[in-house]
Amino acid sequence: MGDGVPQRQGDAGRQADRALSAGWSAKAARLGEEGQVAMRSGFAWGMAGALGVCALAALTSAPAQAQSDPPIRIGQTLSLTGPFAQTGLAHQIASEIFVDRLNRSGGLLGRKVEYVVLDDQSKPDISRTLYERLVTADKVDLILGPYGTAAILAAMTVAQRYHKVFIENTLGQPQLATYPWHFSATIGGPDSTSTLPVKVLDAYASTPHPPKNVMIVASKFPSAADMARGMERAVKARKMPLAGFLEYDAGTRDFGPLAARIKDADPDFMFVACLGVEGDLLLEALNKIGYRPHRHFYLYPSGLLAANPLAEGATSYSGFEDVEPYIATKEGGEFARAFDERAKKAGLPYPHVDSQAGNEYAGWQILIAGVKATGSLDDQKIAEWLDKNSVETIEGKRDFSGRSHTSATDMQQLKQAQHGRWVVVWPSDRRTPGAELVAP
Amino acid sequence: MPSLSLIEQSVITGLLTGGLYGLLALGLSMSWGLLRLVNLGHFAIALLGAYLTWFMGTQLGIPPWWAGLIIVAAFFIYGIALHWVFMRFAVTEMASMLITFALAVIIEATLQFIWTADFRRYETAWGSQSWVVGSLYFPKLNLIAFLVAALLAGGTWAWLRYTYVGRAMRACAEDAPIATAFGINHRRLSFMFSGLCAAYAGVAGVFIALVATLAPSQIWAWVGVVFAVVIIGRLGNPIGALAGGILIGVCEALTMAVVNPSWASLVSFSVLIALLLFRPRWV
Repeated sequence: MGDGVPQRQGDAGRQADRALSAGWSAKAARLGEEGQVAMRSGFAWGMAGALGVCALAALTSAPAQAQSDPPIRIGQTLSLTGPFAQTGLAHQIASEIFVDRLNRSGGLLGRKVEYVVLDDQSKPDISRTLYERLVTADKVDLILGPYGTAAILAAMTVAQRYHKVFIENTLGQPQLATYPWHFSATIGGPDSTSTLPVKVLDAYASTPHPPKNVMIVASKFPSAADMARGMERAVKARKMPLAGFLEYDAGTRDFGPLAARIKDADPDFMFVACLGVEGDLLLEALNKIGYRPHRHFYLYPSGLLAANPLAEGATSYSGFEDVEPYIATKEGGEFARAFDERAKKAGLPYPHVDSQAGNEYAGWQILIAGVKATGSLDDQKIAEWLDKNSVETIEGKRDFSGRSHTSATDMQQLKQAQHGRWVVVWPSDRRTPGAELVAP
Repeated sequence: MPSLSLIEQSVITGLLTGGLYGLLALGLSMSWGLLRLVNLGHFAIALLGAYLTWFMGTQLGIPPWWAGLIIVAAFFIYGIALHWVFMRFAVTEMASMLITFALAVIIEATLQFIWTADFRRYETAWGSQSWVVGSLYFPKLNLIAFLVAALLAGGTWAWLRYTYVGRAMRACAEDAPIATAFGINHRRLSFMFSGLCAAYAGVAGVFIALVATLAPSQIWAWVGVVFAVVIIGRLGNPIGALAGGILIGVCEALTMAVVNPSWASLVSFSVLIALLLFRPRWV
């Protein structure tokens, strides 16, 4: 061993002399000690070789390391049970599809992504508690917002406390999101209570027999109530008669008396600012007293509304469905097919992708775009990047330049239940091929 | 201005809803009035009956009337067992309220654990059907629920009034030691009566499953309104329970029709306060 080391040093010195005779000779002369130079050159070559070997090893073992590295954990609560369960399940399926796709394409920052989802039972207080758990006990790296305005607002307080970037996709009242690191994946723009009612009335005004009066039926759930007031303003602005404004408590299950009032007023157009199964229950109550609405819109319906024969002709807002034009892009088409397949397996009554699932997917796209762009899981860096940039999603580009980091424009379209399926009917340039808004 | 047909239809809707309130109030009123036990668990038991009806119907294929028979028999035994516990530990009227409240919370948690917090609907062929008389619609299942409530209330009233056992039960409620001195076996009667009250909850549960959407938290939605019904109808008065239910149901429906649907929740206690203030002879 004692001979070997000097020999290597000598060899290295000779190699260094040969290889670096031109570039390093001046330095060698300056130092005046050839041996020292040779030793330093040898050390440099050794380091270079070692680095090369390391780099080669790193390249060849990268997949193995990605597998062995702990996954990036992204947490969320969803209403997997309770009144919003049908919608919550659609959000879960969309998330799982996104994460599977992400992992198949190499994961995130060279690591796999693990999706941690907890059931908040459609209750905001439980959602808040579970987000505490996700951040403090489960120690997730990043979070995504839950489903529904109340749960989002509850969870946002936790995100703010722990300085987590907070991307949600169903906040009905963006003006309440004052947390600077909040970013919205919703498609309604900064104030959809002003823009959506106008779109709805414009759409029906374009039909051969526009409605002459409007009845508003609204849940007292905050986001639904806000939208109902927006519709009231839009109706008054057009000087259309209001056939009635009926409010009911969130959680109402007996729609019999409400149905009797609707039947009595017999409005041309019924705007129902409802959530989940409320729309279905109202239609059943109307059916029990032998009444079918002429034209009807439902704000946040359950996915199964389209499959309900009583809902034929009902409209709602949309940002994504499994029909053209949404599925024209590669990612949109693959997502829609994957969703429909999983929804059938999960036993969803309406096994088709819709804007709820589309919003969820877009939320993931926004978060992952932030992580990839910054190359980091640092919430502050991600928030700062999102604040200054826009992200292309399956529902269109989000720029976060609207109030409370919403998109600057309302990107919502209108869909209509036709033969048990939602099809896009408005605006005319975004219609599903062959589909038209059907109104008597 | 609401039309006459709206008022008529609202009265019918209120009447039928009132029947369900009366059905729920019946067991509570009897238990409170004649056994001196305030059974808050009654609502939870009724909802448990509804879930069991739904489960037997949708998962096991047992029709609701057979399910009803099984549930009523099982709940009768449960009522006896519950009363044995109350007697064994000499539970007072106030303590019974606390204990049965805890029982309701446990049942709610159990329902949620087994069947989750999801809404459940028992879809039947009759569920969406109505009998039509002129311009008025009578939903079939709601009407049947009302008729059963009327039958049970009338039957219980007649039983308490005209049979020896019924009169003995009333005598025990009036003054148990004196009734015992006259040879009435108060203990045996109270067991039977407790079983009967639980069986009434089972009947209510069957109809709740058929006409309503089920969720574990639904237990608490009834507490306020049914308590008001029981007090308006007088404790231990089966006809009063039904009448109170109808009064509240019709007032709620008319409020929804004439004023605002969201004001309906104020009706039950407003009517109760008004009646207690003016104290008609029958309150």
